[in-house]
Amino acid sequence: MKSHVYRPLWVVIGMIALALIARHFYVPMDFGVHERGYMYGWFRAANIEEWKNFKVKYQGTDYCKGCHPDKYESIMTTPHAIIPCEDCHGPAIDHPSNPPKLAIDKSRGLCLRCHFYLPYPTSGRANIRGFADPESHNPGTECVMCHNPHKPSLEGLK
Amino acid sequence: MINRRDFLKNTVRGIAGIALPLAAFEIINPNKLFADKSDKTKVRWVFLVDTVKCVGCGMCVKACKLENEIPYDADVTRTWVERYVLTKEGRVFADTPKGARDGFTTEKIDLNADGFKDIKKDDIDKGFFVPKLCNQCENPPCVQVCPVGATYQAPDGVVLVDRTWCIGCGYCIMGCPYGVRFFHPVYKTAEKCNFCYHRITKGLKTACVQACPFGAREIGNIRDPNDPVTKVIMTERVGVLKEEYGTKPQVYYLGLSKEVK
Repeated sequence: MKSHVYRPLWVVIGMIALALIARHFYVPMDFGVHERGYMYGWFRAANIEEWKNFKVKYQGTDYCKGCHPDKYESIMTTPHAIIPCEDCHGPAIDHPSNPPKLAIDKSRGLCLRCHFYLPYPTSGRANIRGFADPESHNPGTECVMCHNPHKPSLEGLK
Repeated sequence: MINRRDFLKNTVRGIAGIALPLAAFEIINPNKLFADKSDKTKVRWVFLVDTVKCVGCGMCVKACKLENEIPYDADVTRTWVERYVLTKEGRVFADTPKGARDGFTTEKIDLNADGFKDIKKDDIDKGFFVPKLCNQCENPPCVQVCPVGATYQAPDGVVLVDRTWCIGCGYCIMGCPYGVRFFHPVYKTAEKCNFCYHRITKGLKTACVQACPFGAREIGNIRDPNDPVTKVIMTERVGVLKEEYGTKPQVYYLGLSKEVK
């Protein structure tokens, strides 16, 4: 057989070789089949560590308690004790270095998340004291103007 | 010409040969996951939602978006809370405005293009809230359909997305029966709840669990028999979503109702 018959074959073999060489450099060494096999465990193993190193923002009430024990003690005696500090004060991240001051959410909407009364008999929502018509009660003003969220009982009115 | 002796011999061998690989089709269930104590260091993360405790405040959704850097005003979220209102006439209304990022501060049901539905108090038969998040399925269909190996199940059961490897084809978003996946508007890759993988692997609770004032959300390790979440799942009446799909979802619900899909 003459060589011109073989020539396209060499071209195809060359292309396959090139693709395999490119693949060797492009695909990371830890990419492959892991514990759960091809169907569920086909991935780049280093990505697990990458996700573990994601930044934590919400530090938790115990973190706040360390420097603000007075605030912690005061709220712990009230029905609002169940609310984590960061729900209203925002995520601590690296406070006090970054951010030095947390932006507190004082909006009416924040309070109404629980205290807008919804008459749902099969949910805990119906057991929370609240407003069915909040606009009839000092509309436009922040709830915290009168009510102290760390002492929400009516005796705690400012 | 085959004689009777050879025919019977071959038949027995053939049936034995076919029956053997059937062991490979063994189905994995929560009891088996729980019972597997072969490796004590092993962890299998599961989630427990109590729909009776949930009041629909949406603090979990807000915390999740801030913790996981999901653009706050984009209408995408890793977790959301659905409201169900069942009327005495037998009608079912459900909504989740902005994924309940700002909670539910009106009794009007958001019907999207059909406007708002006001239901009178006396017409309500049942009303409740159902938090939703990734089920971290034992057999995740989203992982099966990924053509490039960008989404996978970590050894502890959590399904993760490799952002550097994802090509954004969207097969996984279509493949998830629970609709928990979406495109991240910034990274342009598939995005999903990963049980706050960076937190649970450090011994912290997920952002949504920590933010919930009512204890409606809990995370646990089903391989640990002393874990309070494991105890509830193994001893109380829990339900899962869309069990018939065979995905083996690992988010268990207390107080689940048949209207919840």
